[in-house]
Amino acid sequence: MTQYAHQPVFLTGDEFSIPTFSLLSPEGEPYSEGDAPTLEKDHARRIYHAMLATRILDERMLAAQRQGRLSFYMQCTGEEAAVVGATAALDDADMVMAQYREQGALMYRGFSIDEFMNQLFGNELDYGKGRQMPIHYGSRKLHYMTISSPLATQIPQATGYAYGQKMAGDGHCTLTFFGEGAASEGDFHAALNMASVHQVPVIFFCRNNGYAISTPAVEQFAADGIAPRAFGYHMHVIRVDGNDILAVYEATRQAREIAVERNQPVLIEAMTYRLAAHSSSDDPSGYRSKNEEEAWRVKDPLLRMQKWLLAKGWWSEDEEANEQESLRREVLDTMKRAEKRSPPPLESLISDVYADVTPALQQQFDHLKQHIRRYPEAYPRGAKSLDLSVSTDADSQGGE
Amino acid sequence: MPTMNMLQAINNALDIAMAEDEKVICFGEDVGIFGGVFRATSHLQEKYGKARCFNTPLVEQGIIGFANGLAAQGSVPVAEIQFADYIFPAFDQIVNETAKFRYRSGDLFNVGGLTIRTPYGGGIAGGLYHSQSPEAYFTHTPGLKVVVPRNPYQAKGLLLASIRDPDPVLFLEPKRLYRAAVGEVPEDDYQLPIGEAEIIKEGSDITLVGWGAQMEVIGKAVELAEEQGINCEVIDLRSLLPWDADTVAESVLKTGRLVVSHEAPLTGGFAGEIAATIQSRCFLYLESPIARVTGLDTPFPLVLEKEYLPDHLKIFEAIRESVNF
Ligand SMILES: Cc1ncc(C[n+]2csc(CCOP(=O)(O)OP(=O)(O)O)c2C)c(N)n1
Repeated sequence: MTQYAHQPVFLTGDEFSIPTFSLLSPEGEPYSEGDAPTLEKDHARRIYHAMLATRILDERMLAAQRQGRLSFYMQCTGEEAAVVGATAALDDADMVMAQYREQGALMYRGFSIDEFMNQLFGNELDYGKGRQMPIHYGSRKLHYMTISSPLATQIPQATGYAYGQKMAGDGHCTLTFFGEGAASEGDFHAALNMASVHQVPVIFFCRNNGYAISTPAVEQFAADGIAPRAFGYHMHVIRVDGNDILAVYEATRQAREIAVERNQPVLIEAMTYRLAAHSSSDDPSGYRSKNEEEAWRVKDPLLRMQKWLLAKGWWSEDEEANEQESLRREVLDTMKRAEKRSPPPLESLISDVYADVTPALQQQFDHLKQHIRRYPEAYPRGAKSLDLSVSTDADSQGGE
Repeated sequence: MPTMNMLQAINNALDIAMAEDEKVICFGEDVGIFGGVFRATSHLQEKYGKARCFNTPLVEQGIIGFANGLAAQGSVPVAEIQFADYIFPAFDQIVNETAKFRYRSGDLFNVGGLTIRTPYGGGIAGGLYHSQSPEAYFTHTPGLKVVVPRNPYQAKGLLLASIRDPDPVLFLEPKRLYRAAVGEVPEDDYQLPIGEAEIIKEGSDITLVGWGAQMEVIGKAVELAEEQGINCEVIDLRSLLPWDADTVAESVLKTGRLVVSHEAPLTGGFAGEIAATIQSRCFLYLESPIARVTGLDTPFPLVLEKEYLPDHLKIFEAIRESVNF
């Protein structure tokens, strides 16, 4: 309904202030004003295990990158509660469409360390067939869409996927993760608008970790974070302490109810911090201070959850030490196995471009095989999957 | 003469352009204090202030749309797209707006001041989304200029020419060579012409044409060919739109053979344009079919990158086939 004012009224949005939902203090103690968290013991342990395993995988793989064993890596460090907490509040068959820093979600859903390694090393067992850089995981079985590097492209896709879920009436929703940087892309705005217009069961989960590579949040947006944008799209929104596992879990659990039961989209902004570098190629000392990082280290989400679990008697120092030790060993053992495996076969160069290989592409490929037979030592990976002792006629009918 | 790598040469060109004309403004993702993810804009914010060298929010369509408006106003924007792979969100702004500003307004308005810099190409273990060579999408767009340097000397001279060119220029930087290509670069201001190819090496038996990072690969193939007594003429196109058909045609009239090489896929690639033009201009002089050595008609792979790329051995084989046709 139109309201008229007869004096000019300019608004900036400062009229609204969005509180940050938190249940656990930085010391891991529940705030007395908060409602008792609904997490069961086994579920809490599953969540913690995923967070711990993610942390250890990240530490080891960054070290492996530094040793030159791996070309590239990206850590989730500092954001485990946001990522794992949100995923844990979903049904395991809900769709997750992530940005790239959300290995914690896969860990929670049971992606094995072997599966991580095969992707990281792009070997013959990598589901993505060695085509994408390390950390571009995907799992159909675990309802985790394969990562695409162009930022924010997954956000409108999540709206579409969720619309399909609504049409199918299967009671599922889609959660899409993205950074506060990616939220600047046009795709973000298109996604929210379409989701609210079409009443779609999608949860937009922004990991506001303070930086997009070197760009601090203050150079990314002028408003109070990402959350207020929901108002413009008439969408439910909540801001949550992203380092507080209970708050993230509870906020996402309720968001899922809104999405699935009312077919309405929800925006969640998790306030957290990228404790690590942007990627193994980045050096954050060029754009932020050690002091700033240290201030956030004190709020480490993993330690906060650990303290809470210990206080409840759901976890012990011994279990912690054993678990860390066995995870480290598992990561190292599986890494050694994955490194030794063969690369994907040469045919993987031309498969999956289309459902069927086109004649032109087949011709190019035959020409390539002929070339590799001539210079096998120059293409050790390609030569590996060719039987060099036989030269077939098909191989030698060269193309262009 | 000082020695620079390609990044230093680009940085030096930006520095000269900004010092000379306060209308020159550099921006893009992480371009400010950090100096860009590859460090091409290092120290420019320190020197020229935050108003003339800054980080933008993470939105390529915004970066180029903003740049179009800024250029229409009379400023001289040099916008960076962090990787050529991420230029596509800005595709509409570039091909529909940048390229058509002058034409659709009857020259009431233009964005001629605009230069878009972006790192392109493979060979850095970047997989699908950090390796693409998207030049052909843009060479199909009248109103744009497309320039690709092959070494630090070219990079500085061509970038300065691009910034001062009266038309919008897409400046594709071969990122594999950013640090790998090192050479002498004059400290002073100089420009290299846009639209003119450079004959890098004269020869009589066959003409090789390429641009950007592919020139190094062609150079290695030529060494192999010359060991076999094949005398090669090598041409760096330097500018793809407009491209210097005269220089290439003259060369092919002399040698009777042509091999064109680029990293992008074969079908619809710019080599096709060159082949068609040269075929029509040199038909009676050709001694063998024009050969194209390119990437496959697939997205860019990761683990099998070496197999995918048009390397010196593949080009050498094409030379041999052409000579023995
Ligand atoms: C369309 C696009 N532009 C640029 C990039 C390069 N890039 C990769 S990550 C990144 C920063 C993303 O920051 P943010 O979304 O805040 O997530 P964070 O890395 O902080 O988790 C950039 C600019 C890209 N991948 N895609």
